[in-house]
Amino acid sequence: MKVALFVPCYVDQFYPQVGIATLQLLGKLGITAAYPPGQTCCGQPLANSGCERDALPIYRHFVETFQDYDAVVVPSGSCVYHVRKHFDKLEQTPAVQRVRANTVDLIDFIVDKLGITTLPGAYPHKVGLHLSCHGQRGLHQANESEVTPVRDGHLRRLLAGLDGIELTELDRNDECCGFGGTFCVSEAAISGRMGHDRVQDHLRNGTQVLTGGDMSCLMHLQGIVRRQKLPMKVLHAVEILNGIS
Amino acid sequence: MSYRTHASRAEAFVLDHERTSWHDETLWFVRQKRDKAVYAVPEFQELRNLASAIKDHTLSQLDFYLEQFEAAALANGVRVHWAADAAEHNAIVLDIIRARGATRVVKSKSMLTEECHLNPYLIEHGLEVIDTDLGERIIQLRDEPPSHLVLPAIHLKKEDVGETFFKHLGTAEGLTDPQQLTEAARQHLRAKFLAGEVALTGVNFAIAETGSVVVCTNEGNADLGVNLAPVHIASMGIEKLIPRLQDLGVFTRLLARSATGQPVTTYTAHYTRPAEGREMHVIIVDNGRTKQLGRPDFRASLKCIRCGACMNTCPVYRRSGGHSYDFTVPGPIGSILSPNIDLKKHSTLPFASTLCGSCTDVCPVKIDIHTQLYKWRQIVAEANGLLVAKKLGMQFMGRLLASPAAFKLSGQLARRGLRLLPHALSHNQAVNAWAIARELPEPPKQSFRDWYAQQAPTPSA
Repeated sequence: MKVALFVPCYVDQFYPQVGIATLQLLGKLGITAAYPPGQTCCGQPLANSGCERDALPIYRHFVETFQDYDAVVVPSGSCVYHVRKHFDKLEQTPAVQRVRANTVDLIDFIVDKLGITTLPGAYPHKVGLHLSCHGQRGLHQANESEVTPVRDGHLRRLLAGLDGIELTELDRNDECCGFGGTFCVSEAAISGRMGHDRVQDHLRNGTQVLTGGDMSCLMHLQGIVRRQKLPMKVLHAVEILNGIS
Repeated sequence: MSYRTHASRAEAFVLDHERTSWHDETLWFVRQKRDKAVYAVPEFQELRNLASAIKDHTLSQLDFYLEQFEAAALANGVRVHWAADAAEHNAIVLDIIRARGATRVVKSKSMLTEECHLNPYLIEHGLEVIDTDLGERIIQLRDEPPSHLVLPAIHLKKEDVGETFFKHLGTAEGLTDPQQLTEAARQHLRAKFLAGEVALTGVNFAIAETGSVVVCTNEGNADLGVNLAPVHIASMGIEKLIPRLQDLGVFTRLLARSATGQPVTTYTAHYTRPAEGREMHVIIVDNGRTKQLGRPDFRASLKCIRCGACMNTCPVYRRSGGHSYDFTVPGPIGSILSPNIDLKKHSTLPFASTLCGSCTDVCPVKIDIHTQLYKWRQIVAEANGLLVAKKLGMQFMGRLLASPAAFKLSGQLARRGLRLLPHALSHNQAVNAWAIARELPEPPKQSFRDWYAQQAPTPSA
């Protein structure tokens, strides 16, 4: 299996450690992922702003960069969702269809493709899991509270399997954090308030380490945690999963 | 200060931190009641599929079902009127009232008449119009539009209601006890009901097969109004149709659970024919609906049964209030209906969302609300509703992000700039909206791609 790593644009620039941890964790699981250096972005920031047409060159570039791989692993459900759902605007050549089908979130890749359901290691902290909406509702990585009270999902189970870990039970399990791409600046007041409320839910229920599968939500929440000088660490889940083993 | 955009109106709302918390928690409580009711029905998702399919089917043959409904209603002795727009609708209502020489109108809840601005029109023509739904009456006294489909006065606290009733109904100053306030409204409305000459209602469902209209309320105010007044006028949008009486149960099971978490509305009244010596009119209104029906991407928005679940679940609505949408139907569903009516005026509404998708997940008729929000964004931007500067920026970004070299260079410059700039400059809130509530991420010296380049020879891509 020829595996490529796609590191989302903002992760590349601001959170290189997340890309590094992804590469290392995949390595430990026996997967050598290539990093095609020509990669840039999935185009979501433009498309969500209504400029889908201007994003088409980015889509094409993404397809050209990754068309020869059997899996394009991404430590971000949001980018995966965008490639899968919104690359329908491209002419559906075999290459486009292949890339759309092969682009996969890191955690889904580990569990569904590699068949790994537990990772060894201990993480004796109280961990709050933030579900990204694109991951959860878009890719159905976890049950939606709109449908059922049963809480599940690959990431929740992987984390719960670590020794000594305690997962925070939130008052609102899957409320949006308010990042929303350009929403975070175009509706800055509401976005800030949503993030504040999300962080407070974690704080109230004892989260020491706030984690999730999407660094974009976490960048926003971390910005609030740091502004309010709250006693909470913010890490991408792969940083935890790579760090323990 | 002018509040032209959703963001500016929302900003004004969110300024009151405590009140925003209260508004958010009140509506979240309703969402939780809905969840509890939904979890208790094992076949709830099947019901949603069924309701969605029935509505899709009906909309696909709307001309047929409208004519079937008309024929059945006429056969029942109901007078049927057709209105192309709000102005025609209002004129028809006025004609009916004048033909009876009536002046006192009692009205139960109807979002369609809100949409048509019927109340001010009738009042201008010298009629007394009394909204008899408690929430509607409260906002009518305050001269405010509803802020929610089902809970029109949800933006008000009991203290606000006490103040309103003190001013208009003569209750004691400072009265905040909900029981006493409700009793005062009851006494006040009772007199109005008894004096009503014409009863106006909305329509929740119109049954093509039987020609009946179905009105769901919790207060019984529609029933009281209709049964006391000699004339009943029911106003309905063309999308309210369902084919058969046996289809109704699917929707009544979904409506109240989705709206408030009740198994069923307290009153579900079927109006089929006028009582002896009385009149019943149904006005069937288009007002932009066929235009929406002609848009394949947005047609499904007409499936809406006005339960308000998308509002209760929307994290943006809960924190910005219904009035921030400046449209008859607020919240996510309003943000996909309003651009059809006036794209320019409502151009910021499709952007008043994080696209989290919770609206789509609660919708009892499975409207793909967040996907439609995304699609309206494309249309708004294409129509240059997006600020020119932002648009130019996007074209620039498009080119930049399609070019690895330019992307690498701009990333290096941005990170270096962020490291060198003093905090007060990089976090200047006048130019950097991110920094109003948040710190920027600490820029690392090295990007991932730079790190990777140092680790290994570049693999062929």
